[in-house]
Amino acid sequence: MTVKELVSLPHFTLANPTADIEKIISDGICCDLLSWVMAKGDADMAWVTVQTHMNVVAVAVLHDFSCIILSENNQMSQDVLAKASDEGIAVIHSDLPSYQICGILYGSGVKK
Amino acid sequence: MANEYIIREKYLVIANDFNAAGDASASIKTTLKKIGVNSALVRRISIAAYEAELNIAIHSEGGEMVLLMNKEDIILQANDHGPGIPDVSLAMKEGYSTAPETARMLGFGAGMGLPNMKRCASDFQITSEVGKGTNIQMVFKVA
Ligand SMILES: Nc1ncnc2c1ncn2[C@@H]1O[C@H](COP(=O)(O)OP(=O)(O)OP(=O)(O)O)[C@@H](O)[C@H]1O
Ligand SMILES: [Mg+2]
Repeated sequence: MTVKELVSLPHFTLANPTADIEKIISDGICCDLLSWVMAKGDADMAWVTVQTHMNVVAVAVLHDFSCIILSENNQMSQDVLAKASDEGIAVIHSDLPSYQICGILYGSGVKK
Repeated sequence: MANEYIIREKYLVIANDFNAAGDASASIKTTLKKIGVNSALVRRISIAAYEAELNIAIHSEGGEMVLLMNKEDIILQANDHGPGIPDVSLAMKEGYSTAPETARMLGFGAGMGLPNMKRCASDFQITSEVGKGTNIQMVFKVA
């Protein structure tokens, strides 16, 4: 599925409209520990997390993730969001908990 | 000649500046991509650089990262001015962390940074002296 397809689903909204939403989501990772994500992440993943600070964007950029999905209404501050936009990384807001977001992704065929 | 460096770059890393932490690794990634290093290697070096940079920012009083490249190797050094690590073999263990609560709240402190670096590098050397600082050198084979 693409980022564009994901944000067309209920419960998902794109927080930074200038991001590249044509990117393909080929796998996912759900974790709030940054160096764990550093160790296990791979290119084109969707990253589901509750973390919202600047380093989240840094990790996503280093891994070439296709998007960051913030669960349970977590939001980034404007400067962090601006950084994500500069880097072309889509930030997606959701009211759902991480567990349910992963279920939706998996059910939509996002798996290796 | 093996010690003729095509690239020699230095990046300052400031203690406790969580917002800027990651900038040096991002620059290193950009540099390596620009000169055409293959993407799998860029990924490994970027991961190692990020972990080294964050450790300087979180655990040290500040330091620097150096990127060197010759025909055979890409070398990444991370040097800081202290406080040093009392027990390096303990620090190298997966899961060991002394990260303060403020850093843990942000998702740091899994105790995986040093093991990540070791796994990514072809050769990993760490020396540390309490009161002086920590020096890490990682070599990545280009060929
Ligand atoms: N540059 C450094 N100066 C002083 N102590 C350090 C330095 N780098 C690492 N350490 C010590 O080694 C421990 C383990 O480091 P490591 O990077 O593996 O984990 P962490 O930084 O605590 O957590 P994570 O990297 O998973 O976010 C640290 O908690 C700290 O005690
Ligand atoms: Mg670390």
